[in-house]
Amino acid sequence: MTTATPTVGTGVQATTTTTRVSRVRKRLNSRTATLVSIVIALLWTVPTFGLFISSFRPEDQIKTTGWWTFFSDPQFTLQNYQDVLFGSSSSSGQLASYFINSLAITIPSVLFPTAFAALAAYALAWINFKGRDWLYIAIFALQIVPLQMALVPLLKFFSTGVTVAGVQVLPAWDLVDEQKFAQVWFAHTCFALPFAVFLLHNFIAQLPSDLMEAARVDGATHPKIFRTIVLPLITPALAAFGIFQFLWVWNDLLVALIFAGGGNETAPLTVRLAEMAGTRGNEWQRLTAGAFVSIVVPLIVFLSLQRYFVRGLLAGSVKG
Amino acid sequence: MEFDFAEEQPKFLMLMYGLIAFVAVVGGLLLLLDVVPAWFARRREAQLVAAATSGAPLPRRRKPREGLFALFFLLPTLLFLVVGLVVPAIRTTLLSLMDSGSTNWVGLRNYGWLFSEDSIVRVLINTLIWVLLVPLVATAFGLIYAVLVDRARLEALAKSLIFLPMAISFVGASIIWKFVYAYRGDGQEQIGLLNQIVVSLGGEPKQWLLDSPLNTFLLIVIMIWIQAGFAMVVLSAAIKAIPADIVEAARLDGVSPWQMFWQITMPSIRPALIVVVVTLSIGTLKVFDIVRTATNGNYDTSVIASEMYNQAFRYGENGQGSALAVFLFVLVIPIVIYQIRNLRQQREG
Repeated sequence: MTTATPTVGTGVQATTTTTRVSRVRKRLNSRTATLVSIVIALLWTVPTFGLFISSFRPEDQIKTTGWWTFFSDPQFTLQNYQDVLFGSSSSSGQLASYFINSLAITIPSVLFPTAFAALAAYALAWINFKGRDWLYIAIFALQIVPLQMALVPLLKFFSTGVTVAGVQVLPAWDLVDEQKFAQVWFAHTCFALPFAVFLLHNFIAQLPSDLMEAARVDGATHPKIFRTIVLPLITPALAAFGIFQFLWVWNDLLVALIFAGGGNETAPLTVRLAEMAGTRGNEWQRLTAGAFVSIVVPLIVFLSLQRYFVRGLLAGSVKG
Repeated sequence: MEFDFAEEQPKFLMLMYGLIAFVAVVGGLLLLLDVVPAWFARRREAQLVAAATSGAPLPRRRKPREGLFALFFLLPTLLFLVVGLVVPAIRTTLLSLMDSGSTNWVGLRNYGWLFSEDSIVRVLINTLIWVLLVPLVATAFGLIYAVLVDRARLEALAKSLIFLPMAISFVGASIIWKFVYAYRGDGQEQIGLLNQIVVSLGGEPKQWLLDSPLNTFLLIVIMIWIQAGFAMVVLSAAIKAIPADIVEAARLDGVSPWQMFWQITMPSIRPALIVVVVTLSIGTLKVFDIVRTATNGNYDTSVIASEMYNQAFRYGENGQGSALAVFLFVLVIPIVIYQIRNLRQQREG
């Protein structure tokens, strides 16, 4: 703005005053914007903060006074976490056990769709075959099928197998206890694939075609190209989808509720917490600590890998 | 009895089986694809050598079998999609035309039930309120905040705080907000923030979540609280992508901030805006966890997804549950068609 060099004296004065005014206004503007945005951001965090503070307060305190009294009368305890994680009575939560379930459900549910989708996305982007575009559009379109459409028949598929015209084609899975993890992995993998293929295809299709052609001329086969060239290049995309899927599976309630059952052999944290919120809605000393046990892992993943997550979000939604 | 780590061992064993299966399937597939073509290549080389030494005409080079490779790359994905999504979706559509035990065909009776039963009509109205309010408010808030934060310092920190609820599960968020809405009897000290504010302003404390139709709006607040961060991040990125020379040119022309917003910012971020609204609408249609955790669908707060779960998995009404699922799918379609049309216009224009 200061690059203008008017020749007339009055002009010089006019421009300098306007730039000064606009600079002051700009600074004020940025100061109010900073203030307002920080205040809103803090307000946004108050509900979480209140729960967090409460989880460290003794039971009788939580139940009789608001969490804001903590600042005038600070009383600190870890008893809530001790109870909710390791307590043995059935009312305590026993969340340590459910925490392990959440881990056991989440890890394979992230790995399988990521690997399968990467393979499929490569084929759809770089291997020439008949009907490739149609197949891609079909997989893309499956994204809009709500998973509610699949729940009842899929559960039946696990529990009774497949019969065509009275002939048992596939047996029932007949899984018990912790074996039911396999059902949950299967369901999560199915439901994640359309989005995963779409997201990874976006990245893989943008790789320079010269690179692929050069590799082909050198005699590399598709699996070799995939392993040695494509995989290293799409690691950020894999990370983006991986985080996405991790948060989705860890935080999921519906799929787990239906395919994992409710017992402490298989049910993840979300199922247990939802149940506690329903049946023990006033046991705030357990609910507050329990909620934080379930929040802490996704929060760490999210905060440390936010960059990848945002990139994936933008690639998945804006390019659509 | 304290927590016994030994009891948890079968779970880790199962997790290990899962990981072994993963390595076996993916590694096996890649190995297979690597070894088999290499074997063919070696055989062909041997043929060529044999042909050259015996003076016979060289065998013609066959076309590389691209399709076969593609099949193997796509096999796991296609298998899972067909078994887990395509076939079940078709079956659900058929089940919606059958009775609760899925034995007799009943035609469109389940769909008639959808629109005649009072409690279900209530569910449909609730869903409508959700789908109208959540995308609108969350996007509006996200947009205003994105514009605001664009000029602010500490931008990254402020954005992270707004975005943070995205990492929290719907279940966790519902518990957080249930605590805000908590109620203690009149005369007792309130432990919920909302009631405390009401009391300190001289009002009466209320059982917020029991009070229909207000409770639906209070649940909607939870969803907005979670999703506004998503809207903000996408829109903020879109605002930053507006070419600097356009903004600079407008500024030199002496455009006011208000005009700047409506004439430069809004048209530039229109595609991102549509994507956000569409994504939020579809997400809101399927909302389940919040309603289930906060009220379990009682007190007139139920929505389609939670009602579908109750009908199919608690009352054993497979027909009615399936009809709700199909109806949910039907509701998603126009939204998606709108987005596809917009995308096409964008590419052409």
